[in-house]
Amino acid sequence: MSDLATVAAPSVRRLRLLRRLDVAGLVLSILGLGCALLWAFPLYWSVATTIVLAPGQTEEGGLFGNAAAALGLYAHVLFGTRIGLWYLNSIVTSTGVTVAVLFISATCAYAISQLEFRGRKLLWGLILASFMVPTQALIINHFFLINAMHLINTWLGVILPQLIAPVAVIVYKRFFDSVPRELREAAQLDGAGHWSLLFRVFLPVNWGITAALAIIVFIGAWNAFLWPFLAVTEESVMNITVGISQAREMFGVGELAGAILTGLPVAVVYLIFQRKVTDAIVASAGIKG
Amino acid sequence: MQTPKRLDNRTALPFILPFLAVYGLFFLWPTLQMLWMSFTNSQLIVPGRFIGFDNYVHLLRDWRFGRAVGNTLYFVAMTAVPSTALGLGIAMVVARLRGAFQGLALALFFLPYVLPVSTVTTIWGWMLGYPDGALQPLIALFAGQPVRIFRTPSWVLPAVAVVTIWWTTGFNVLLFLAGLKSIPPELYEAARLDGAGRLRQFAHITWHLIWPVTALVFTIQLILEIKLFDQLYMFVGGGQVDATLVLVQYIYSLGFQKDQGGYAATVAVALFAIVVILSVLQFTALRARGRR
Repeated sequence: MSDLATVAAPSVRRLRLLRRLDVAGLVLSILGLGCALLWAFPLYWSVATTIVLAPGQTEEGGLFGNAAAALGLYAHVLFGTRIGLWYLNSIVTSTGVTVAVLFISATCAYAISQLEFRGRKLLWGLILASFMVPTQALIINHFFLINAMHLINTWLGVILPQLIAPVAVIVYKRFFDSVPRELREAAQLDGAGHWSLLFRVFLPVNWGITAALAIIVFIGAWNAFLWPFLAVTEESVMNITVGISQAREMFGVGELAGAILTGLPVAVVYLIFQRKVTDAIVASAGIKG
Repeated sequence: MQTPKRLDNRTALPFILPFLAVYGLFFLWPTLQMLWMSFTNSQLIVPGRFIGFDNYVHLLRDWRFGRAVGNTLYFVAMTAVPSTALGLGIAMVVARLRGAFQGLALALFFLPYVLPVSTVTTIWGWMLGYPDGALQPLIALFAGQPVRIFRTPSWVLPAVAVVTIWWTTGFNVLLFLAGLKSIPPELYEAARLDGAGRLRQFAHITWHLIWPVTALVFTIQLILEIKLFDQLYMFVGGGQVDATLVLVQYIYSLGFQKDQGGYAATVAVALFAIVVILSVLQFTALRARGRR
């Protein structure tokens, strides 16, 4: 609409009309959607490839036969290989990380936001300062530590070093700070202590951000590679991202199907909770949306 | 350790204890230990003896370290600026879309970002496969023939950069989109009434107001890409990879393949220092702008 709108002092009505006939804008929008489809092409291509190359796929199989062959490939990968076990390991460790991170962060943020104690400023400063900790630099010492604790090749060994998440504390504190004072005072008049305040008032009031944080922490833990790769050497304890990278040769086209199955849970979680994921990421980055 | 030990308020202690325990045990302690180890000749899990600055002196003369730094910077240069610029461009286009279309476009751009590294590298490994991957015709257009990308050192880092941009740009789009939405529409309205075209609106309004987000996105990208390991490892494996060595990979190979824990810790200290310096620079830069 810009070229048309440069006409000197157009009337409001004319502007409105021009906006409706925004050709350049329409072209840009279609271009944008086209780019989005192109961007997602590798995803479409990989799914299509597993269907086309699935064993048992024939030209005369028809729609039904081909769908059955593709399903057969996925079923084989899921039940005929160790992927099922790796799925379980991923679910357990990612859930463990998520629950622990949320608990640790919520309690700590509550104390910093609502309680006065010595060292509060120092603690807050430390948390802010470690916003972007490069945990990759600590792999040698994490291994040293987890090995000394005899936790190599265990779920707990995979979980523990992933619990450093200062960002979750920062986000929680900001949300707890903005809980109305009256709400807290009313609950305290009813005789609520700080623990029940946190779990009966502050967390329920901020249910949205808790869910949003839970989703992105879970996705992050599911996708973690370097530490789970180092902490686990036994195939039976590997999580799925590590597992499929270690046993490529046993799959053939199933390798691609395995990769899709690895990403499927997080992709589905994202698509269902798109809005929440957006909220959480924007809140963690500290931009007001 | 720096953690506050004496607490006035007994109520607060149980609230902060879980965080302190995790933070102390898995962040502060390993960090201090990393510093200490860098002055020793430890193996990965066997403590060594104090050898002063020997590791640091060695670091300065180590051609592999030099190459790792060089390759890391090369990779950062290929990813950080393009994915920031692309993120802003895509966000501006997505911001124009209405309702469901906007949600759809955002989802398509963002979806790769939520995928695990193994999924991303497997898909691209197949697409770039030799000799008949889906993208080989495009590569043949530039190189004259299909290329064994992950066996050809000069192709490896650029290819990993392209994959990384595809993987992470969605995150930038999300942040830019949030930033764009927080710009009051009245500003554009006023500019339009003054007869400002699309380009001038961008230069005079969008670019100025989106600047803090740009700085933020760029820093996050910078720090993320400096820590490159996962994608590269998945593509080229743990074999002889000197030609495409990067910092985290060097730490991994020293510690876990050559059992030189002390020297690996020294390289880790260098990586740590680089990231800390960049974070501080970013923080002060943002602060300085905020005060103006």
